[in-house]
Amino acid sequence: MQSFATKAAFRFGYGFAPDEPDVRDVDALLRQVTDADAEIAAYAGPSFADRAQLMRDYLQLKRAAKKGDASAKPLLRASNKERNALRAADMWRVFGRAIYAGQGFRERLVFFWADHFTVVPKSRLEQTVWGSYQEEAIRPHVNGSFGDMLVAAAIHPSMLLFLDQVRSIGPNSKAAKSGKKRRKVKGLNENLAREVMELHTLGVGGAYSQTDVRQAAELLTGLVVGEDGAKFLPRWAEPGAEDILGKRYGGDPAKLSDIEGFLRDLALHPDTARHVARKLAVHFISDDPDPKLVDELTRVYTNTDGDLPSVYGAMLDHPAAWVDLGQKARQPFEFMVASLRGLGVPRADFDDLSTGQVNRGLNLPLNSMGQPLRSAPGPNGWPEEPEAWITAQGLASRLQWALAISRRLGRDKDPREFVELALRELAGGSLKFAVGGAEQREEGLTLVLASPEFNRR
Amino acid sequence: MDRSRRKFIAQTLALGCSAAASPLVTPVTFASVPTDNRLVVIVLRGAMDALDVVAPVGDPLLRKYRPNLWKIEHQDLDGFFGLHPELGDLMPLWKAGEMGFVQAVSTPYRDKRSHFDGQDLLEAGVVEVTSDVRDSGWMNRMLGLIPGAKKDTAFSVGRENMLVLRGAAPTTSWAPEGRVDLSPQAQLLLEKIYEKDPLFSEAGQTAMTLAAELNMTQMSDAEDGESMADMVNQMKEAASAQKAGGLAAFAAARLKEDTRFATFSIGGWDTHQRQSRSIRNATRELQSALTTLKSELGPVWEKTCVLCMTEFGRTVRENGSQGTDHGTGGAMILAGGAVKGRKVYGQWPGLDEANLYARRDLMPTADLRQYAGWAVHDLFGLSTADLERDVFPNLDMGDNPRFIR
Repeated sequence: MQSFATKAAFRFGYGFAPDEPDVRDVDALLRQVTDADAEIAAYAGPSFADRAQLMRDYLQLKRAAKKGDASAKPLLRASNKERNALRAADMWRVFGRAIYAGQGFRERLVFFWADHFTVVPKSRLEQTVWGSYQEEAIRPHVNGSFGDMLVAAAIHPSMLLFLDQVRSIGPNSKAAKSGKKRRKVKGLNENLAREVMELHTLGVGGAYSQTDVRQAAELLTGLVVGEDGAKFLPRWAEPGAEDILGKRYGGDPAKLSDIEGFLRDLALHPDTARHVARKLAVHFISDDPDPKLVDELTRVYTNTDGDLPSVYGAMLDHPAAWVDLGQKARQPFEFMVASLRGLGVPRADFDDLSTGQVNRGLNLPLNSMGQPLRSAPGPNGWPEEPEAWITAQGLASRLQWALAISRRLGRDKDPREFVELALRELAGGSLKFAVGGAEQREEGLTLVLASPEFNRR
Repeated sequence: MDRSRRKFIAQTLALGCSAAASPLVTPVTFASVPTDNRLVVIVLRGAMDALDVVAPVGDPLLRKYRPNLWKIEHQDLDGFFGLHPELGDLMPLWKAGEMGFVQAVSTPYRDKRSHFDGQDLLEAGVVEVTSDVRDSGWMNRMLGLIPGAKKDTAFSVGRENMLVLRGAAPTTSWAPEGRVDLSPQAQLLLEKIYEKDPLFSEAGQTAMTLAAELNMTQMSDAEDGESMADMVNQMKEAASAQKAGGLAAFAAARLKEDTRFATFSIGGWDTHQRQSRSIRNATRELQSALTTLKSELGPVWEKTCVLCMTEFGRTVRENGSQGTDHGTGGAMILAGGAVKGRKVYGQWPGLDEANLYARRDLMPTADLRQYAGWAVHDLFGLSTADLERDVFPNLDMGDNPRFIR
């Protein structure tokens, strides 16, 4: 018999940690999302504007160095080092919040939504600003409406860069007609328009056509990246109104509010309600979720105009959310966070990690397990099915890392106590017997971390 | 105790020996599959631009559709089509008759132009995206029809779990990196823990076998004083093993033994902007994969057919950022000593707007599954009836294009 606390910790959180109180009921679980964000102050990184400034400084130094300014060279090296350190710090923040926030459900949702609105940074600029995307576009809206999150994510500079919106210009816009022949951007690029409908809102089976994609691409023209964030340049926008999914948007003059209006309509579309409802159920509960659960989440999403806490509440209130654990596998990031929480890594030690230690101790193993957080396979994010993660390679990497951290962090821990703490009633007799029969303590701990019971949820 | 379990324990026990002394570095010999031919399937993820890789240089319309893209010099293939210059190292293969192309082919996927659905259909080998599309791939179903096929008859290479090889027939996967050095006792215990969970016992068994058999790069466990540069180098080394050349080299090593089928993927074909530049990484990887396969396979190359296939093609017209958007008809690349190369197969539909699909994409004139089907038919003797029923359901294989020697 699996307890409420265990199901809550595995299915909706990052597992048990030694000093954290159990979640006793649905209200307490939901409060992890509706209460104030406990860790945002402690772990907030630089804003997009500050990061963009870092890049401008770097480019200026690079130009100076190219012109032969010798004094620029050491400054250029320092700038590279600073941006590398920022990249590592961004990873450290992502891990730190998940491990120590004490609001596991919120942190799992931040991961879920960041994955739903995946960005994969490629250029130096995108790498540098990556850390601000989750802070500015995702985290503030996890407790709000889907429409607000959609608007924030779809027009965040990280998304505009990733899905080529900055490369799209209205073919008949003033800027295109101005006769500057050497302009690099010359016409429409459909990428963001398509993915917003296919991945972020309606879903691939949704009621949109190629014509809708084209029209939406025209409506989105004018969105570019400015110094402090996304910016709307009416000169780049395609003149005239656009008809998308049977509704007319925009007109002259082109306005950012028309784009926002379109995104908000998409957020309220019945196909979006179902797409989002199903995705939540798939991520948290089962790759093949109970249709009644999906129907209920769709209904609540529709009735509340996409109010996310209401949708989460409906999920937690539904009996299908509390069937026994085991249909899903923890993804590598989740596995690492749950392991570090279970082993009770002191926060002071975590806060002291150097850039190199973050890269070696967190990034490298995460890559090896198949989930380099900055390089999802595409705009559709990470796969959900356990078969995609529990592969020979994936499991070998989990094992190896489990052994490494058990050696480093677990010398004083008794595996027989650890198996109770980390798995409680999920640990059956044969697992306890095996863990107790290990030759060395660290191997006993490794067996717990590598067990199906710890890796499934 | 069943046999596979006994084998597992024997292997885990042997792991206790030092690597140098381990008897397991000698590959286990299985009864060979009754065929000597090899098939390698490379999935080109992101939708390769057929009109750039095998450009119809002889069609003057191409320049009109692509005024800005048209700044690179394609290398003449047959007087009409030209090879992308970044694939120049493949010219010797073409000239030797060991490489060919198929133009204007596609899967049955139409209109939505989603990479993920498109790739699922390509790998599943079916007609429609259904809820169970990710359950089995066409290579796996084909394997089920090959008499004597064993677990190591087919290999999926690289970090991803290739859908094309997923399914009921047993297969093996391998990716560079990853090393396990638990004590034999702990491994025995782990095996016991995994016993009741098929997913874990399957993956665990292979993880251990491969860890013992293969010389893998050790994950960094260096002291904290280690410099950033060293670490970056290690990451680069690990990354280069993941690249297509590394995957091809591994595939070749297995194909020289009992393995008959191998598959991996090469991404980076989604060239929405500045295609002349953004395509370079993908072309470099493809080139390195094919040349590595040829050089590493040695005499086995003569018996090998490589099929490179992609989810769909790209728009005939360039877009506003000197790239191309998602399209329909695409191209397939054939390579290996077993193919009749130096030819562009397929029925070329032309580029007149009236002949384009939806007035924007290259019109597909054949189902690419027909070519995959005939390759399997000619190489492994599977009947068209079996292929049309089990491997590629609802496919009419049509006439044999006879591209296998």
